[in-house]
Amino acid sequence: MASVLGPRISTTAPVPPTTPAPDRRRARPVRPWATPLAYALLTVLAALLLVPFAWMVSSSLKSNSQVFTVPIQWIPRELRWENFTEIWTRVPLLTYLRNTTFLAVVITFLQVFTGSFAAYGFSKIRFPGRDGLFLAYIATIAVPWQAYMIPQYILMQKAGLVNTFTALILLQAFSAFGVFLMRQYYMSVPDELVEAARIDGLSEYGIYRRVMLPLSVPALASLALLTFVNTWNDFMGPFIYLTSNDLWTVQIGLRQFIGQYDAEYALIMTGSVISVVPILVVFLLGQRYFIQGIATSGMKG
Amino acid sequence: MAAPAPPLARPVTPSATTYSNRSQVRRNTLLGWSFILPNFAGFALLTLVPVVATFGIAFTKWNAYSTPEFTGLDNFTRLVQDDNFRVALFNTVYYTVGHVPLTMAASLLLALALNRKLRGVAFFRTAAFFPYITSIVAVAVVWNMLYNPTQGPINQFLLSLGFEDPPGWTSDPSWAMPAVILTGVWKDMGYYMILFLAGLQTIPPELHEAAKVDGANAFQRFRNVTLPCLRPTTFFVLIMLTIGSFKVFDLIVVMTDGGPGRSTLVLSQLIYREGIVNGRFGYSSAVALALFLLVLVVTVAQYARNKRLEA
Repeated sequence: MASVLGPRISTTAPVPPTTPAPDRRRARPVRPWATPLAYALLTVLAALLLVPFAWMVSSSLKSNSQVFTVPIQWIPRELRWENFTEIWTRVPLLTYLRNTTFLAVVITFLQVFTGSFAAYGFSKIRFPGRDGLFLAYIATIAVPWQAYMIPQYILMQKAGLVNTFTALILLQAFSAFGVFLMRQYYMSVPDELVEAARIDGLSEYGIYRRVMLPLSVPALASLALLTFVNTWNDFMGPFIYLTSNDLWTVQIGLRQFIGQYDAEYALIMTGSVISVVPILVVFLLGQRYFIQGIATSGMKG
Repeated sequence: MAAPAPPLARPVTPSATTYSNRSQVRRNTLLGWSFILPNFAGFALLTLVPVVATFGIAFTKWNAYSTPEFTGLDNFTRLVQDDNFRVALFNTVYYTVGHVPLTMAASLLLALALNRKLRGVAFFRTAAFFPYITSIVAVAVVWNMLYNPTQGPINQFLLSLGFEDPPGWTSDPSWAMPAVILTGVWKDMGYYMILFLAGLQTIPPELHEAAKVDGANAFQRFRNVTLPCLRPTTFFVLIMLTIGSFKVFDLIVVMTDGGPGRSTLVLSQLIYREGIVNGRFGYSSAVALALFLLVLVVTVAQYARNKRLEA
């Protein structure tokens, strides 16, 4: 599928050049104002959507007393870059960032590996009971997580895993979503290709590693990005399971900071900016895969 | 199974693996499970078992320091009388009824506006999508400050427009839910815009051309070409949005924490408070089951309605 964020790519066959179809749009009088108008409208729209971000960034560079001024100063008269150095001394942000990165990387790796591995079993090997098992996966995607978080919590408590990273890793690394997304992709890989590799003497594990993995790089990238961003932004998991300060993620740390220093408007904004920037970078780098992952998993669900 | 081996003359179909005999089936079963097991072990233990367990625990009296004791429907009779449950149920439905149509309309409008061949349109799409990947905590921080009743930019703006008495937003019980809904729409619409854009791109341009030739204006083309062609997308978005709205949790926790008073208390928050904070496993599982049934009934009803419309 064409990247949805890119310019639209027509998927229809080109019209044979011998008989040029009458183009109604060309026949009409040209409206020279149409394109500038479209840009003007889109710019207004984008500005409205991005106002909260603009305000966040602008406030992060102000002093507390400047945050709420009438009228709003979009560009602070004096830029307080010190906010961005001071925040590190006020909150153990570095620990939070390290914890979040650790969790996001481990969970993403496990999710991508076990998800694609299982997806191969679900799509390219036939055995009795396979489809019933897959149905069980799908069915749980529709069950809201809140509906079974209590038994999960009891389980973790009995295993003594509350307030450990292990709990979060176990909870998030084996989600049905990853299996589902990868299977969707593997189903589109022709079985003949796998069959040919079998005839050539590759084992199933060899086919997975040497045929399927290289073929599915875009899908793997989609799943990795979606998982990474979701884990980075996750609030509920760490909120429920992590109680000690030195295990907190950026989200929990930021929220705690707000609770503690609710009048430190500027620093709160500074912390928010710092928590958003890594995701912004990851997203901009992998935007194409990110969007494709949503479009495929979404549309074929 | 004593079925005879398939005759050799059967055309070879491009199947993943053909069953030749029993040992082949066993081999494949082992192989298949070896691929599935690493994920399945985690999935079964942490998703499948808990889902099933909820149904059992909901019928017991079980606290953090006691052993489970079967009590039949006790938890559910208590549920019906629980004032918190009624408030949370009402608020969850309130949020859903506000959030679903607004997000749907906003994301469809965005998709329509951005589904055009213009240089730089990708930038605008990214801008619209960005709120979705921003963490909920940062979103809540910014919006809570924007909503600040006395000094916040939103009310400053309303005052400058001549509104004498702008709403108190998240600090006013009757405005808190609309404020949360608005933030939710802003955050989610980029995601559904992607789904609508993907749907719009599957509509053959010829249909629009033909309608144009027949003299249909832009609105008529939207109603009679775009909307019918988008039906599968619209339905899917509706289902996803509804499920997502019923289980709203983090947006509420970080923006209002259910307040002021109980004006934004929702069901998943009640499950969390009863089950994890207060350790009432049995009762909170009953609330969870109620939430699950609510989602199930509404989803099934939407499916049935979709079937009827398609027929």
